[in-house]
Amino acid sequence: MELRGKKVIALGERDGVPGPAVAECAKRAGAEVVLTLTACYV
Amino acid sequence: MNIVTSNAMPVIRAVSLVLAHVPSLVRLGSKPLRVLREVEQPIDYLRPHLRDWNAARAYAPHQVFIGNVSVDELAARPLPWHRHPVAEAGRFGPDGEIMPEDEFLGLLATCDGFDLLALTGEVADRARSTLDAHPVVGRESGRPTVPVGVGTAVLDERIARHRALPLVGVDGRLLGAMLPGHDEDDTLTGQVLLENLACKATAALALRHLLARPGAIAATDVRYVINCGEEAVGDRYQRGGGNVAKAVAEWAGCARATGSDVKAFCSGPMHALMLAGALVRSAMFDDVVVVAGGSLAKLGMKFQGHVKRAMPIVEDVLAGFAVHVARDDGVSPVLRLDAIGRHEVASGSAPLAVMKALYSEPLGRVGLTLLDVDRFSLELHNPEATEPAGSGNVPLNNYRTLASLAVVEKLIAREGIDDFVRARGMPGFAPTQGHIASAIPYLGHARRGLTEGRLTRTMFAGKGSLFLGRMTQLPDGLSLVLERNGARPGMA
Repeated sequence: MELRGKKVIALGERDGVPGPAVAECAKRAGAEVVLTLTACYV
Repeated sequence: MNIVTSNAMPVIRAVSLVLAHVPSLVRLGSKPLRVLREVEQPIDYLRPHLRDWNAARAYAPHQVFIGNVSVDELAARPLPWHRHPVAEAGRFGPDGEIMPEDEFLGLLATCDGFDLLALTGEVADRARSTLDAHPVVGRESGRPTVPVGVGTAVLDERIARHRALPLVGVDGRLLGAMLPGHDEDDTLTGQVLLENLACKATAALALRHLLARPGAIAATDVRYVINCGEEAVGDRYQRGGGNVAKAVAEWAGCARATGSDVKAFCSGPMHALMLAGALVRSAMFDDVVVVAGGSLAKLGMKFQGHVKRAMPIVEDVLAGFAVHVARDDGVSPVLRLDAIGRHEVASGSAPLAVMKALYSEPLGRVGLTLLDVDRFSLELHNPEATEPAGSGNVPLNNYRTLASLAVVEKLIAREGIDDFVRARGMPGFAPTQGHIASAIPYLGHARRGLTEGRLTRTMFAGKGSLFLGRMTQLPDGLSLVLERNGARPGMA
């Protein structure tokens, strides 16, 4: 997936991959992260 | 012979774990309240999925919680657990009990020092007669009496004119009502106060169980209590600024204790145990008790998934625990304060980085590896509660990530992941009660295994979702090593 120049909403999960980790990957792939959130399902 | 020096590591002297089965209160959980807002009689909607006490008592995860069934026995039991009850399941176990609702309502009323919770005469009388004969919190325990009930006309007036929260039984009858603590304070509504009272009552029940153990510390010898329940007790000027610890200590007769609350979402109990251990090791106090009560708001949190699967709503219990942290007695499991794992601000949030900070770094600090730990206790949420709602098997996910760390550190081969998880993990068996489900429920099993059993070393880790409060994107986590007394390689 080409993320360069795209806006990204990074949604993560506490017991999976948290939002900031998703955001960091997206940023390194050239995306602009506009929102970072992590959910906790328990 | 007691080994008592100020430099000795503290020990976990006693543990108690309790459940209160409260099917009528499921309706008042945060999720059911919001989802069923437009339903005229929510209890009618929920009733087909609400279990009676016999079913809740015989539910295998609950029997593990109070120590009657081992985690290995649970792993070998047929699924689904809700369709395979434990034969001759006891109400009491080595770690605590599963209290039925009619008694718990009375217990709630005894914890209310402001006469805000009123029960009907029938409910109050029934609660008083059964609760007075309770072996741990009976009349002789010195607790307050169950107040005399009131007529339904009085309750109706409180509900209609004074914004009291009605408590409706599974059968649709009015059980009682909870008045607000103030006319204009959103932090003292009947709903908020009932949540706080439920937290206090379950913590107090756990503390009395702890104090009733053979050889237990006398209530008046407890000098400090740390509460790590998640309820925000306070008022409109200091929401969450209150102190449940002292309220619980007072109820339980710990007349010479004071205390305070420690909060870090679900990692709160780990922080509280660490701090308790530090207070003991520093010789500030000889005996510290850590307590936590349950979360009423989390009752029925995944109920939609359970309804969809035509299964019982298994999030129908409140939980509580108490732990006595004391000076080294030469017998009890040692809390190794030299091997605390911490998720630091700079640790990052990548799963393996978090795992490394919580597990391999603290173990490595004292010359140990993941393979030196017999059992890891992580997030222990019952998958039968979470999977129907699409939330996955939380313990299994965490154990597999931990096993991946063992692969990365070349301790096991990739093919060994399943064996690692099976041998050093366990199935989730805790109700989705947040901070309590986070590692704590194995503490009773671990204590037995590290004294009478074959365990040498266990590790406990709690993760806290700090980002939920919108003050930081960070998660939190803290881990502790518990070790058989006398087996201390790597002791700093």
